[in-house]
Amino acid sequence: MNTFGKRLKLSTAIFALSVGAVQAADVEVLHWWTSGGEAAALNVLKQDLESQDIGWQDMPVAGGGGEQAMTVLRARVTAGDAPTAVQMLGFDILDWGNQGALANLNDVAAQEGWDAVVPDALKAFAKVDGKWVSAPVNVHSTNWVWANKSVLDANGIAVPKTWDEFVAAVEKLNAAGVTPIAHGGQAWQDATVFDAVAMSTGGPEFYKAAFIDLDEEALGSDTMKEAFDRMSFIRANVDDNFSGRDWNLATAMVINGEAGFQMMGDWAKGEFLNAGKVPGEDFLCFRFPDTANQVTFNADQFAMFDQGGVVSAEQAALASAILSPSFQSAFNVVKGSVPARTDVSDEAFDACGKAGMKDLAAAAASNNLFGSMAHGHANPASVKNAIYDVVTAHFNGEYDSATAVEELVDAVSIAQ
Amino acid sequence: MSVATQDTAIRTGRIARAMIYLVLVLFALFYVLPLYVMAVNSVKPLSEITGGGMMALPEVWTIEPWLKAWSTAQIGVEPTGLRPYFWNSISMVVPAVAISTVLGALNGYVLTKWRFRWDTILFGLMLFACFIPFQIVLIPMAAVLGFLGLAGSTSGLVLVHVVYGIGFSTLYFRNYYAVFPTELVRAAQIDGAGFFQIFWRILLPSSGPISVVCIIWQFTNIWNDFLFGASFASGDGAPMTVALNNLVQSSTGVKEYNVHFAGAILAALPTLLVYIVAGRYFVRGLMAGSVKG
Amino acid sequence: MQSKSEVDFRSRLQIWLPKIVLSPSLALVFVFVYGFILFTVYVSFTDSRILPFVDKNGDPTFSLIGFTNYEKLFSLSHWEISLTNMAVFAGLYIVICSAIGLLLAIFLDQKIRGEGLLRPLYLYPMALSFIVTGTAWKWFLDPAIGLENIMQSWGWVSFSFDWIKSRDFAIYTVVLAAVWQSSGFVMAMFLAGLRGIDNEILKAAQMDGASNWNLYRRIIIPQLRPAFLSAFVILAHLAIKTFDLVIAMTGGGPGRATELPATFMYSYTFSRNQMGIGAASAVIMLMTIAAIMIPYLYSELKEKT
Repeated sequence: MNTFGKRLKLSTAIFALSVGAVQAADVEVLHWWTSGGEAAALNVLKQDLESQDIGWQDMPVAGGGGEQAMTVLRARVTAGDAPTAVQMLGFDILDWGNQGALANLNDVAAQEGWDAVVPDALKAFAKVDGKWVSAPVNVHSTNWVWANKSVLDANGIAVPKTWDEFVAAVEKLNAAGVTPIAHGGQAWQDATVFDAVAMSTGGPEFYKAAFIDLDEEALGSDTMKEAFDRMSFIRANVDDNFSGRDWNLATAMVINGEAGFQMMGDWAKGEFLNAGKVPGEDFLCFRFPDTANQVTFNADQFAMFDQGGVVSAEQAALASAILSPSFQSAFNVVKGSVPARTDVSDEAFDACGKAGMKDLAAAAASNNLFGSMAHGHANPASVKNAIYDVVTAHFNGEYDSATAVEELVDAVSIAQ
Repeated sequence: MSVATQDTAIRTGRIARAMIYLVLVLFALFYVLPLYVMAVNSVKPLSEITGGGMMALPEVWTIEPWLKAWSTAQIGVEPTGLRPYFWNSISMVVPAVAISTVLGALNGYVLTKWRFRWDTILFGLMLFACFIPFQIVLIPMAAVLGFLGLAGSTSGLVLVHVVYGIGFSTLYFRNYYAVFPTELVRAAQIDGAGFFQIFWRILLPSSGPISVVCIIWQFTNIWNDFLFGASFASGDGAPMTVALNNLVQSSTGVKEYNVHFAGAILAALPTLLVYIVAGRYFVRGLMAGSVKG
Repeated sequence: MQSKSEVDFRSRLQIWLPKIVLSPSLALVFVFVYGFILFTVYVSFTDSRILPFVDKNGDPTFSLIGFTNYEKLFSLSHWEISLTNMAVFAGLYIVICSAIGLLLAIFLDQKIRGEGLLRPLYLYPMALSFIVTGTAWKWFLDPAIGLENIMQSWGWVSFSFDWIKSRDFAIYTVVLAAVWQSSGFVMAMFLAGLRGIDNEILKAAQMDGASNWNLYRRIIIPQLRPAFLSAFVILAHLAIKTFDLVIAMTGGGPGRATELPATFMYSYTFSRNQMGIGAASAVIMLMTIAAIMIPYLYSELKEKT
């Protein structure tokens, strides 16, 4: 009766510690990497573990950039059946870590020397209260511009380094009857562009104050209004059908020469490579104007769930396999991102990948590495989505720039 | 009261008939259109799709996307295609449909032929259950399944679908049995037949049409469910819709639309088949009772 | 020979059996529907974010905050947009589906050749999941690659149909796709109703010189009342649960122009980690459903007793 009562209490209390439904020698992994290249890359990890006699129970749930998987995760944790490891982004890791749901990986981390090789900005999302709780897989950087080289060459456009040069380039393309900017009108894509625009308009201090510290003054400043004005300029130079378009179809416009530029994270490279294009020859990748020294990033990690207070040998093996240089290199070459540790050789990477790794190391060394607001690495989900609301509403013409600034301040304060 | 009453009293002129046919055919085109978009793009190479022309017939016909969706596409880390998940869905749908239909039939029988105080209110309470949005029950349901030890199992999923299927199956059978002559039941009672005997010998034999309606309805809803399947099944035991979702949704990967559409049609085949095969009984079943007040 | 007590037991069993048979279903419904609704109401009064957590000592990590979530909810323009959209969407969807369903059913009932072929064509959309048909619709409605493009390439250069890209009209494209999915099903319900009407009455009316129009208006359509009511229940429930369609077709956009309460609730509960507000919106949704359904169920069920 007593144990029954206890179980009932725990269960009705909605949170029960995971009692391993997963067999001792298996790891169960919840992730959303289901498309061809990504899943194949993850299979490398699975095989690595299998060579150590550790079984891999796959639990893929795609959709909404991981939102669907996060929903499923909550159901699993509530049912007392948390997976061993879960693919997660930024603030989600901290939220779960603060609830005490994640395992303490400090032993593995010390053994493998993670502290020395993982950039600090990334550690901020992998450690809670000084404890490693998750293993980072990659670093995506989001302030890239992708361009069709032959379109640029045909119109006599050099790679724009500053906002003014960018404006001039866009005007040239306009005059030539080419859609200057390929864009997909979905909230997260609008926000990805806004990230880069805000960084370029106000510089790194402004970016940090507005998006990371959520400083009301910065959010409501004239600089922010100028950032929105620049968004209006971008809005005026996308085609009429941008709304709702998937990002990869926007990339296809650049590939096919229908459009000149696209602002998108480094995963766009996969689309170019898939279409048989060569970096530097057919397409160009460069940092958003005026952000050459900064990197805004988002990093996929595998958060390790607490399995009753101890880190099992299998969980530890999984964590160390994820951060091993060989997997980091193999995975990121396929994924288009760069390794989460800075000591991996860049030999296997192409021109854009090499540039990405160099930029990351430089930005990390000079304190110019910032979490991306659009990808949940600058502020919690509630704030991020509140900013999305305003940016998207402004981009679609619901607000003018002055109203957008006011709404932004309000929305952020309600969401906190 | 059978399909034979096609001989209606309404007479129409030649021009009116031509108009009627025209309208019916135009609507048929409207309904077929999305299926056309899906089918035509599922037999094109990807380059033709991303290159524009999503409505045009393929320049190069290919069956590759279908093969890929069925057996080699990446669903999780292993390139298994949709094939292994097909069976998962079947083994979940069949018991869930069977149990909810049987419960619905029994409930309908009790609520119409063994009436008692408050029975209408109880029925109203059960019917209201049809309207609960599934998103809000997700978390408490997970807690209950965890408590029962059914989390991550097919039986857990079957339970969930039975629970949320009862409202509609009871509605169908109750309305159907409401017009079934109660005198027959009373007569059998006087002859000494018991509760189950009456159900078995008298009501069940004439329940064919409404059972078809109920089965089609439940089959479609359960087969197409995604939210519960994703949340309460284990990775290997995931139903078809979850696999399809993994195939179709990718955030930062390459989107192979032709494979997506082929997969979508494959995943819908069982329900399509049910509709086409049972379609004629469907109208007959609805007619025989479910829409009668 | 049966003993007296045995007979007694058997006849008592017969009295109780119907209730025993009904009780498992009732128990399930009370726990899994009404119990869960109470849970949601409770959560809506807390500041829960990811989950209503309890830490390892059994102490909750959330607290009761009264009506704060409801106040926040109604201060969000996002919620206002969702409610307005729901009214537009549900209203149009139910009316148009019923109208098309009735029209098709009446036409199909005219001894149509090929009915067996047409009927499944009208019905099949109900069999498909919106995860993908939403994408098909999205493409078809996209001006650059869908209908507009085709019409223009066929020579109708001034043809324009870009509703899905417009903040004011996008919600109507959602209605269009939703009507596409379920109007065939409604047709089947009306067709069944039509086939159930006694022909003798119609013949008698016709003898009296009633026109076809009057025959339908005065006699046939009023007899379809039960079919209208069933159609209403099914359509209302589908309208309220519309979720996949919006996600696949417009993702709630352009901007927030096609957000519905279901997408709002999901987004706050699961994507934005503001479970309290999500629960509050769910409670409001349930109350709205109850306000519409209870009078309907009442009138519907009262008549039959």
